[in-house]
Amino acid sequence: MTLLKFLKPKNELEPGGRQSVPITPDENEPSKQCPNCRRLVPESSLWANFNCCPHCGWHFRLSARQRIGFVADPNSFSELFADYRSDDPLGFPGYKKKLELSRRVSGEVEAVVCGAARIKEQPCALFVMEPSFMMGSMGTAVGEKITRLIEYAIEKRLPVVGYTVSGGARMQEGLLSLMQMAKTSAAIRKLGEEKLVYITVLTDPTTGGVTASFAMQGDIIIAEPRATIGFAGPRVIEQTTKRKLPAGFQSAEFLLERGFVDLIVPREKQRQVIGTLLKIHGGAHTDG
Amino acid sequence: MADGAYEKVKTARLGSRPTGLDFICGIFTDFIELHGDRRYGDDPAVVGGVAFLGNRPVTVIAIEKGHGTKERMRRNFGAPNPEGYRKSLRLMKQAEKFGRPIVCFVDTCGAFCGVEAEERGQGQAISENIITMSGLGVPILSVLIGEGGSGGALALAVADEVWMLENAIYSVISPEGCASILYKDASKAAEAAESLKLTAHDAHELGVVERILPEGGLGTLEFYAWLGGEIEKTLSRFALLSPEELVERRYRRFRLIGSRAG
Repeated sequence: MTLLKFLKPKNELEPGGRQSVPITPDENEPSKQCPNCRRLVPESSLWANFNCCPHCGWHFRLSARQRIGFVADPNSFSELFADYRSDDPLGFPGYKKKLELSRRVSGEVEAVVCGAARIKEQPCALFVMEPSFMMGSMGTAVGEKITRLIEYAIEKRLPVVGYTVSGGARMQEGLLSLMQMAKTSAAIRKLGEEKLVYITVLTDPTTGGVTASFAMQGDIIIAEPRATIGFAGPRVIEQTTKRKLPAGFQSAEFLLERGFVDLIVPREKQRQVIGTLLKIHGGAHTDG
Repeated sequence: MADGAYEKVKTARLGSRPTGLDFICGIFTDFIELHGDRRYGDDPAVVGGVAFLGNRPVTVIAIEKGHGTKERMRRNFGAPNPEGYRKSLRLMKQAEKFGRPIVCFVDTCGAFCGVEAEERGQGQAISENIITMSGLGVPILSVLIGEGGSGGALALAVADEVWMLENAIYSVISPEGCASILYKDASKAAEAAESLKLTAHDAHELGVVERILPEGGLGTLEFYAWLGGEIEKTLSRFALLSPEELVERRYRRFRLIGSRAG
């Protein structure tokens, strides 16, 4: 939480606001190597740049809470269904341990964080998936939390914004995970019947059962630059087809070119763009 | 366990099992196949059309693996491409328009994993089937007859009832895939198959399917006649419900899976 407070002042994106932060390497400061341009980036300049590489713009992964810190208005997020978590419904070998470990590593009890928030003063229901929790895999708790959030949005007449990052359905919960694709989709259909807008932001990586359900069902689908988005994972495709994949295959840019996402928005602009989209869709149509 | 889960997997995959088209031809009359997704092409891995079940017009859709090497290759071994899912969606919307119930037969190792399938939006195609099926105002009955491979099977199984043949399987991932991810060893598939709870019995216990259809005991023709009768009884029951009731009932069916009170 202290980290979030530290970040908040840099969250402002008003015109003429934050200037790019000069990079002054400090020998004692921890650095991260950019996986794209391979340069070492001091953590302070990464954070000042929305956890994007200041040299090449590579978007580093963000935890759910960090994203909420970047996208939601300061102090506007109030978490919902926070205690909801998967146990081990199938008695799957090793799963309980894996859950325990993921909870320790991520600091979250499940792979999605849900709540009510405001983005650029526009109220919305917000879910953000957590990459460090079993790579955002969707089990019963993830499906249930997202479904409850959508039902909450219908009740409160709120639009829904969802950030996805996921390796797909969680195999340790077997068929029950698979059924979450149908459950969340049916809720999103109801949201649509209520003429409440649903905006998804696909981040790296969004694959499998999440792509094949609530990620691709946005009225408006935004992608983060260079995010990997697909149904089958690239390794599986290479193994199945025995073909080397073309460069940029399944990237956000690839999907944009083929018509499967509406727009690519860099992280620093997302707040602005989502805020405007919410404003355009403000209030349900009551005429007619 | 007398009959291991992996034995079921092997049985479900047997080339000698009846395929989707066998079920269609065995159960329905006057089947007329309708082709194409009106977007890109016609996927031979998905067969669909209109037919009669007794006096009742129905739309029938099946994932078809084919018999014999040549035919199986032509059918892409029952692994649909996006246009297969889009064809099935087109036929389902057509069924809704004309008030016909929909019967699906599912038998697939999964949606096809290929470069072109991704380029044409495999994930988008499946997601659109799932969300649209959840709101269709006509009865949908899906029967898993062999392999029920993950999202590629679910894309034809967002139904009012889902039935499974006794030796069919339904799984979020293939046991081989699961073993290679979990144990880095695909040969541990038998172990993974047990853990995944993918048999008809498991799926029934988990509340994912309503009925297990016994195999054996009946000859092929008698089996189709019996199954046709069971489908007809179920469709008559659903025919009493309004479109709104059907959709709400279907919503609750999936809503309850993996939702504990509290």
